[in-house]
Amino acid sequence: MSDLRELYQQVIMDHNKRPRNFREIDQANHLAHGNNPLCGDKLVVYVKLEGDVIEDVSFKGSGCAISMASASLMTEALKGKTIEEAQAIYEQVHKSMTGEETDRNLLGKLEVLSGVKEFPARVKCATLSWHTVHAAIDSEHDISISTE
Amino acid sequence: MSNLNINAIRADFPILHQEINGYPLVYLDNAATSQKPRQVIDAVSHYYLHDNANIHRGVHKLSQRSTDMYEAARGKVRQFLNANSDKEIIFTRGATEAINLVAQSFVRPKLQAGDEILISHLEHHANIVPWQILCEQTGAKLKVIPMTQSGELDLTDFDEMLTERTRILAIGQVSNALGTINPVKAMIAKSHAKDIPVLIDGAQAVPHMTVDVKDLDCDFYVFSGHKMFAPTGIGALYGREELLNAMPPYQGGGDMILSVSFEKTIYNELPAKFEAGTPHIAGVIGLGAAIDYMWQIGIDNIAAQEHHLLEIATRKIEALSGVTIIGTAPEKAAVISFMIEGVHPHDVGTIFDQQGVAIRTGHHCAQPVMEFYDIPATARASFAFYNSEEEIDALINAIQKTQELFA
Repeated sequence: MSDLRELYQQVIMDHNKRPRNFREIDQANHLAHGNNPLCGDKLVVYVKLEGDVIEDVSFKGSGCAISMASASLMTEALKGKTIEEAQAIYEQVHKSMTGEETDRNLLGKLEVLSGVKEFPARVKCATLSWHTVHAAIDSEHDISISTE
Repeated sequence: MSNLNINAIRADFPILHQEINGYPLVYLDNAATSQKPRQVIDAVSHYYLHDNANIHRGVHKLSQRSTDMYEAARGKVRQFLNANSDKEIIFTRGATEAINLVAQSFVRPKLQAGDEILISHLEHHANIVPWQILCEQTGAKLKVIPMTQSGELDLTDFDEMLTERTRILAIGQVSNALGTINPVKAMIAKSHAKDIPVLIDGAQAVPHMTVDVKDLDCDFYVFSGHKMFAPTGIGALYGREELLNAMPPYQGGGDMILSVSFEKTIYNELPAKFEAGTPHIAGVIGLGAAIDYMWQIGIDNIAAQEHHLLEIATRKIEALSGVTIIGTAPEKAAVISFMIEGVHPHDVGTIFDQQGVAIRTGHHCAQPVMEFYDIPATARASFAFYNSEEEIDALINAIQKTQELFA
């Protein structure tokens, strides 16, 4: 059960219950749909880019605690960052979930997501919002991605 | 209460005796696939150790033995379903392939644009998608019998849904997502009164109850071996002999022919006509051994034990606060789909697994059922006769631990 406490840490539970930036952005100029058909996680990530700065980022949707908390933490971490900074954070998060060496300064609070590395079946829940924001930033259009 | 000695039965299933994350394995995912008794594993292993050869060819001893064992298993399936003749039993990869076979070989040649195929809201994807493909190919329409809040078929307008354009009724005998047992016999009678043929998807029925295709009076019946203690990759189609005889082959290849020339090929007789290529011989022999095993235990005993488990588990879950059972039909197989308030089913699955309790979480290949209840997924505990009352307590304990963690 200790791995379980590691996965469902207080921060995760808090962000699941009270997800931050859980809203639409009226002037979003980028958006993508994320879908994990295996477990039914579904979310939309909204991004408002000003030049290469993520002026605002938010999400709506439903899913397991891991996917909701990950999305919520993501919006907090990426707001105000440049695309390049966001990319660096994304890489650190990915490394932390696959058990690779990470830069703790860059990772910060997002380190709580690394608990999923003991639960391979749940990594997709944690990465869904990150793949989706990536897709949103990369595209001018509303696109859908799936992490099945 | 049943007459079964659960400890003796559990000794037949070597896989059950292991620890998962430091807890005894509690396997409650039987509706996804069942475990296999030693008798089935031994039959498959004995076949490969002593008898393996291709069937229906070769005059040598091993080929003869393999052929005899393969055909003997067909006889067991015939008896298991109470069909008239071995010719009515076609081995397939499973229920899915059998439904596709009927869709393409029986229904498709008769379909005109605007004809109708009738299924229900409770179906597994395997009894939805083959018909949708057929509709795309022919311009036919898929019509769906609605369901009720308790997870039963809403048959209020059933008579009106059986129209002169209905070319087949394809319906599951037991819902995999909710466990509902559908009144298929009465539905078959109504369909036949209008000369509409009926296919029954028995994938979730055969592990739990006696099936008699003559009593049901269905035209086609399909099931998978792996849900009834046999290997994966093998299943069967029952079809009325006169219907199968009139149908074109589903696949071409070896074994399904009498003679081949580039000018003309003569198809083989039933059942070989529908068994192109070298089949899953070991799987068929394993299926035969699984049927022997079920007969030895007694199908009535299996049904009684599972009903007992369903009643206890339902009562204990209902006594918990914050847990809702999805699917509350009075007639159910031993399947309990449930939701824990405030906890997503996928989290439930992970937390249960940490306590050795294996359940299914997700949409159970029945997304329309999930949409009906406006939920993304459920947690589903499904029982077999080898499950014990102690395992129900482990399930209840896992639910309570989950609630504590998410409190």
